[in-house]
Amino acid sequence: MLLTRIMKRVLAGAALSLFMGETRADYALNMPRGVTPLSQDIYDLHMLIFWICCVIGVIVFGAMFWSILQHRKSTGAVAAKFHHSTKAEIVWTIIPVLILVAMAVPATRTLVRIEQAGDADITIKVTGNQWKWRYDYVNPGFGLDGGFGFFSVLKDDSNQARQVRSGIDPRTVEHYLLDVDKPLVVPVNTKIRFLTTASDVVHAWWVPALGWKRDSIPGYINESWAIIQEPGTYRGQCAELCGKDHAYMPIVVKAVTQDEYFDFIGEQMVAAASESAGADREWNKDELMEKGGQVYNTFCVACHQANGQGLPPAFPPLAGGAISTGPVDGHIERVMNGKAGTTMAAFGPQLGDVDLAAVITYERNSFGNSTGDIVQPAAIRAVRK
Amino acid sequence: MSQAVAHGHDDHSHLPAGWKRWLFTTNHKDIGTLYLSFALIMFFIGGAMAMIIRLELLEPGVQYVDPTFFNSMTTMHALVMIFGVVMPGTVGFANWLIPMMIGSPDMALPRMNNWSFWILPFAFTLLLGSLFLPGGGPAGGWTMYPPLMLQTGFALPFVIFAVHFLGASSIMGSINIIATIFNMRAPGMTFMRLPLFVWTWLITSFLLIATIPVLAGAVTMLLTDKYFGTSFFNAAGGGDPVLFQHVFWFFGHPEVYILILPSFGIVSQILPTFSRKPLFGYESMVYATASIAFLSFFVWAHHMFTVGMPLAGELFFMYATMSIAVPTGVKVFNWVATMWRGSMTFETPMLWAISFVVLFTIGGFSGLMLGITPADFQYHDTYFVVAHFHYVLVTGAVFGMIGGVYYWLPKWTGHMYDETLGKIHFWVSVISVNLLFFPQHFLGLAGMPRRIPDYAVQFTEWNQISSIGGFVFGASQLIFLYLIIRCIRGGAKATDQVWEGAHGLEWTLPSPPPYHSFTTPPQVTDAVAHS
Repeated sequence: MLLTRIMKRVLAGAALSLFMGETRADYALNMPRGVTPLSQDIYDLHMLIFWICCVIGVIVFGAMFWSILQHRKSTGAVAAKFHHSTKAEIVWTIIPVLILVAMAVPATRTLVRIEQAGDADITIKVTGNQWKWRYDYVNPGFGLDGGFGFFSVLKDDSNQARQVRSGIDPRTVEHYLLDVDKPLVVPVNTKIRFLTTASDVVHAWWVPALGWKRDSIPGYINESWAIIQEPGTYRGQCAELCGKDHAYMPIVVKAVTQDEYFDFIGEQMVAAASESAGADREWNKDELMEKGGQVYNTFCVACHQANGQGLPPAFPPLAGGAISTGPVDGHIERVMNGKAGTTMAAFGPQLGDVDLAAVITYERNSFGNSTGDIVQPAAIRAVRK
Repeated sequence: MSQAVAHGHDDHSHLPAGWKRWLFTTNHKDIGTLYLSFALIMFFIGGAMAMIIRLELLEPGVQYVDPTFFNSMTTMHALVMIFGVVMPGTVGFANWLIPMMIGSPDMALPRMNNWSFWILPFAFTLLLGSLFLPGGGPAGGWTMYPPLMLQTGFALPFVIFAVHFLGASSIMGSINIIATIFNMRAPGMTFMRLPLFVWTWLITSFLLIATIPVLAGAVTMLLTDKYFGTSFFNAAGGGDPVLFQHVFWFFGHPEVYILILPSFGIVSQILPTFSRKPLFGYESMVYATASIAFLSFFVWAHHMFTVGMPLAGELFFMYATMSIAVPTGVKVFNWVATMWRGSMTFETPMLWAISFVVLFTIGGFSGLMLGITPADFQYHDTYFVVAHFHYVLVTGAVFGMIGGVYYWLPKWTGHMYDETLGKIHFWVSVISVNLLFFPQHFLGLAGMPRRIPDYAVQFTEWNQISSIGGFVFGASQLIFLYLIIRCIRGGAKATDQVWEGAHGLEWTLPSPPPYHSFTTPPQVTDAVAHS
């Protein structure tokens, strides 16, 4: 079964490498042409250089193998005596220079275009975190109010299947490793400017259909742009090694019509308003525990594990941990500010008051911890001041 | 081999016996043997790590190792193969061959030679030992980018000190090679009569001396950032994480030529021998090698096009990178012209050399594609890059070295190796290595990032083919090990010249050569040098 599948792929691969131009998308032998003007320019450039290399390869290897067949001692070939030819050497220096110039012209043109991120209609800030992306609609465009944002995390079914020896066959999971809980939603035919940065280590934001990847680096804000021409769902992954779960922070971009985009923005504004209203009231323990469990499963579980046992020594246990069962203030401090020189990030800037209060309450009353402490959003706000 | 060498032609009664001979040796052949044996051992250690990587990638999902250990395997595999196999291996060739090729009795600085080798076992004890520390080995990639690398636990100082040791060893080796080539040449052995292997190592030595201190500086800054409160690479403290990448690749790009140039030299010795025709364009080969080395200092940022550079910077590094294709092309054309109208035979070393020319050139093509900045925005950090650098480093640097071992093994041991076994080793390796690395081009173009332990299911089949190729390639190297051991222990007696078409001073010495290569310097004429 496996062998026949492999054989089919090998044969298809051999056939398709000969006709790479007509590659079928689902066979995935070649770069996708993508859905933006830049991705199509880049694809054309890629194919141009590919074909030039093929032609050079055929000539050079052709000459070499012809020589190997003809100039063998076993067929009585006698070695010639020549050991240089100034004319030949000048020719095979000049011709490559000309070919390179011919490649450099379209490459330069495309590169200049890639770097023109100005005059965008929409600006979205993309922040890489270990190991999830955050999208902030800095300017949602069309005169709409911005300022909201959200995290986008590997979807739960993929996350369960990807655990070590999970026993779940990834083939049964739809879009395994390429699906998220909340995709980035953008309108089609609109110039979108992406500002990439990171909160902890270097990541890279890459959606092949948009044509480029750009590093997201702490302390830097990089700029790139895209105009997506076709509605659809486009998937990508983090492309810079960022630690243990580098493979598990996918990117999903959903390109929709402008009307659908307006609806999406409206929903997000309502959600942001109710979130900030929640921060002003008292929460009871059950509410905090429920909310805290959700936050824990999104932000904490990768390192500290579902049972709170962690993966010591790099990722310490929370069950019976010195901080999670110690004074509340110390626990709030650690969650909000992180620990320098480790993967423990500062969640203060990443999460809202309700989420922080809930997750700290959850950690202090789960995994066998029974401090009975309840942390209210107001307590977090007090620390922020 | 030790027995054979010890019973060479000249006075050897002062030789200490047993382990003391190897620990205290100042002889270029003994040290060359130590370096080559060390590289061979490391080849199997680094190879075992590659097998773990390919095993985990055989299926989507995580079956065998956790992601952190997977990351430390990719990190260690690279460090071991670069610093433990190719660098010491090529220094081993240099030690064995340079004195014999230039007509000198030994290396210029024999005691430093001993020291530069014996640092290596300590360095690798630190490096490999870090795998057994709590928290595991380094897992931030061999490129050690901060801030990720600064999250490493106890392993960090071990890796950094290992890199310091390895760097010191390389610098000493380079100084020795330069001093030997400048001062120990036989009468008449002018620079333009040096065998090309000697030229490539001379140029490599200067690259090492220029770049290793830069690497040492970069990793030392990591150390102080982690333990002494500095903020070289910490944005929150006013530092710059991208600075590390610039400094690292200022070392890293010349480093790739450090790895490949000695193999260029080896192939340039093998092809004329089995074509029975002088190397085509000797002078342009020397100038092309020097140009490649010079240009290698101006292209580093092509490893980091996606960090977000100004347009002018991107254009500069793109043009500079493309320009390297010109001297590299000259070398490939000259190799083909050397074979052209020769009288070729296809003993094992020739097979490796021919496959080197073909497969290295394929790696060169993908390198040119990667140098085109806009296209690199797609290729960067995908399996396309993994395919590219394995074509230039495995089927390039390593194939060149394996070809060199077959070529000089009869000279070194005094015995012919088993030709049939050698050819089996070649054919199994060359087929499996393409099965291993060629599909990785497709994976990268289709969107698979590098350095991931698990992948989306559409990448499954190519990964399976690649893994099967990898297992066969790994296993076929056991043939090589068996063949070398057998050849050291015995076999048909090798003649002085060994190969019908071989020319150069090393082939005028007996096989195996005497303990001190040339005690009276030979007179070198144009006929000896360039025939």
